[in-house]
Order: sequence, then structure tokens, then C-alpha cells
Amino acid sequence: MSGLKYTKEHEWIRVEGGVGTVGITPFAQEQLGDVVFVELPEVGRKAEQGKEIAVVESVKAASEIYAPVTGEVVEVNRGLPDTPATVNSDPLGNGWFFKIRLADAGQLAKLMDEAAYKSFCEGLH
Amino acid sequence: MDAEALKKTPLHALHLELGARMVPFAGYDMPVQYPGGIIAEHLQVRAKAGLFDVSHMGQLRLTAKPGHDTAAALERVITSDIKGLAIGRMRYALFTEESGGILDDLMVSNVGDHLLLVVNAGCKEADEAHLRQRIAGEVEIENLASRALLALQGPAAEDALARLVPDCRQLPFMATAFWTIEGERCFVTRSGYTGEDGFEISIPGRAAERLARRLLAMAEVKPAGLGARDSLRLEAGLPLYGHDIDRSTTPVEAALAWSIAKRRRAEGGFPGAEVIRRQLADGPSRLRVGILPEGRQPAREHTEIRDDAGRAVGEITSGGFGASVNGPIAMGYVERAAATPGQALGLMVRGKAIPAKVVQLPFIKHNYKRR
Repeated sequence: MSGLKYTKEHEWIRVEGGVGTVGITPFAQEQLGDVVFVELPEVGRKAEQGKEIAVVESVKAASEIYAPVTGEVVEVNRGLPDTPATVNSDPLGNGWFFKIRLADAGQLAKLMDEAAYKSFCEGLH
Repeated sequence: MDAEALKKTPLHALHLELGARMVPFAGYDMPVQYPGGIIAEHLQVRAKAGLFDVSHMGQLRLTAKPGHDTAAALERVITSDIKGLAIGRMRYALFTEESGGILDDLMVSNVGDHLLLVVNAGCKEADEAHLRQRIAGEVEIENLASRALLALQGPAAEDALARLVPDCRQLPFMATAFWTIEGERCFVTRSGYTGEDGFEISIPGRAAERLARRLLAMAEVKPAGLGARDSLRLEAGLPLYGHDIDRSTTPVEAALAWSIAKRRRAEGGFPGAEVIRRQLADGPSRLRVGILPEGRQPAREHTEIRDDAGRAVGEITSGGFGASVNGPIAMGYVERAAATPGQALGLMVRGKAIPAKVVQLPFIKHNYKRR
């Protein structure tokens, strides 16, 4: 899991070559329960760090996904809306939501690393 | 609310042992789901059997005081025909108020020398106070708070319970019986809140965990939580008090007029009778209907409903995902003109109109053991 950064809203981002892949954490999918609907942004959409960018809905409730960094959406996981349960079964892998080209790599410093996120989640119990 | 302040049912320790996720519900710490998840529990109930802890619901016993009649007294506060309810039978009923609004929905069983009521957890204190205020002069009202209530639901519920009580196979839908189970006198009804065949078993709290473990040890039975209970009842078209029905809705608007017998309509004599009879004659201005959204996106409670001309015509009162329908489903109130099955609607979710249509309830075929 090294290289992943985390938000307080339970998104993760993995950055390679200036592009970050974004999804929700195992903790988040566990809290949501069975995911039944995913709404992805359009490719080309400008995202702003901390602003709403996608939607995930479980049997119980709807939740917003917030952009972990500012940038442009360059790719979305097209198969995900047809197989939303992938968010539950493989949140860090095939359950990714979208890829974003970072406007400012310095924003990553505001996010939590693995250890910080782990203790953040423990604090929520 | 503080977890400490929440009440616990007799099965609380078992829920924790089974790995349930607990949530506050009507003042109780209740299981919303077990590790398998809501969808798996929902499908389990439709395919085999699920066991629900509904001990948070209120159980009341009404017994006539000398020279009085329990059915006549109860009829003064509810809309159903109780005088005509045969011994050993159960019936759906509504407490109403003078405005015609619904104070609670409940089940009434006639067991001969008294009536047994099962009321919603969130209303049980108010219901008991209401009964004491209105009919305590004629009727002894006992709160059976020490009893647990287990709902065994699904097509395999009969096979499961028959191992403990072979006679249960002969009990038809909406009938009642007293049986000894786990050495305790239990009150069993063939009823439920899932659209499936099943039983509700009232058992002294001290024996509830023993019975639950016996049932859960059977291959066809798995635990099911409040999450699955909600999605199952929504698919079955059954209203949930506090969401689909409340003091602002009448039985006629709620499409529950079927529960008001001919004699009660003719005679009245219940709170709100005038309003309700007028609505029965003239038709209500709005109606609870089933709503099927197109696509995959659920529309939740309080979502605005528009007609095909873009005019606001109502609001969703329950909406979510139907695991057996395998898609989003909802119910809500719309103006009468927009309440015809097939009517095109738009559901306003995050600023966009999701296309939907009015459909006949239920969303799935009821699987009751009628005779």
C-alpha cells in the first residue's frame, strides 16, 4: 500500500507520472455496506481539491466522493457503474473511480499517509 | 444518543457475537446488518429463511373489565373491524386521530379472552398512553415488555419451525396459535413484514436467545437485520410508520382503505371518521403509490416528484434498492391525477430529473400461505 495517500473523507489516491488514480478506502466501503450505484465525473472535468466530484450509493445511503487534489479528470472506470459491487470487493484495485492529472503535486502533502490514515480511522471507532 | 442510554433486546449479546453492525433505532441498540451484508440477507429471506429480532416492538394485552367488551372499546380508537375478528385470527389496523391522520399501524390478534396488539417500537409509549387515556375504563392494558419477538421469514420458514412445532404447517396466513417452544409458552402468528411466508414468535425474553440459536443452527436460517427488513418491506409495498405514514397522512391517502371494513365505514365511530369517509366518497387529493426509477440510481426519502410536464406533484417517502428487483424502487405520495400506473414522473436527485413511472404495489409477488 505504499505510495497511497488518504483524505479524511476516506478517498485514496495513488500518483504515477503526474496522474492520480482515486478510489474509496476499505474502511469507507465497509461503512457504506453494499454499493448499488456509482456516478462518475465526465472526462475533462476540472476538479478542485475537497469539492464533490462523484457519488457512491449503498443500499442504505448516498455519499459524495470529494476530489483529493485539484486537477483534470483524464479517465474514468467505465465498467464500474455496471458492477458497483466491485467497490466492496476490490476497493483499492478494480473498484477505482477515476484518474486525475494533478495541477499541483504539492497538495499531496496535505493528505495522510498509510500510518496517519490508519490511526485516523481507529480514532473514529 | 449515548450508546449506554440505548435499550437492549434479549438478543443483544447474540447480535454482537454474530458480528452485527449495531445502530440506534427507536431507542434500542439494534443490528442493521450482519457481516454478509444487506443484499445477501435480503436474498436469503426471499430464497430460504431469515431470522429477525423485532423485540423492540411493543406487545400489549387488552382484557375486558367486568361488563365490558374489548373489541368494542378498541374499535373506538382504530379503523379496523375487531368485533368481526374471529378467535385465532390476526388483522392489520390503524390508530387514527381526529384529523384522520395515522398515529400508528399495528397488528391485532383475537385470542379469545383477550386481544394482543403488536405496535411500532417508536410509537409504543404513545400508543399505550393513548389506550390508557381512551379505553382504560373498560379494558385492562398490560405491557408485555418482558417478552421478545422473533420474526422467522421466508419460503423455508415453515420447514424450519416445523422441526420444533410440527403443527405450524397447518397454521394459515394471519392465524395465531399458542405453542410450547423451548419449554416456554409462545404466541405464534403466521405473519410478517417481508412479503414472504413466515412466523412471528412472541417468547419470554429469558428463552429468546435459546430459540434464536436453535433456529440459526438450521441450514436454511440465517440472521437478518433492520437493513434487509427495510428493503424487503419496501419491495413488498408495505408502508413504514414515520416515513410512509404518519399523522399528516390518512388511511385513504396511504392506500390503506382496504383495512377499513364495510361496517366501520358505514358506522364510523373512530377518530377522524368524518374526514376518512369524505375521502372515501370523493377520493383523496393525493395517494401513496409505487415508483420505479429508470436506470440504477436510487431516489431516497424526501426526493421531489415531478410529473411529465415538470410540475411538482409529490415526494418520495421511502426509496432505495430492491435486491430481488435488482434495481432502485421507491414509494411516495403524488397528486391523484398523477397516481395512475404508467404515469411518467421525474425524480429530482442532485438537480437532475431521473425518469420514473408509477407502478402497482407490490414490486414482488407476495408469497403468503393463504388457505
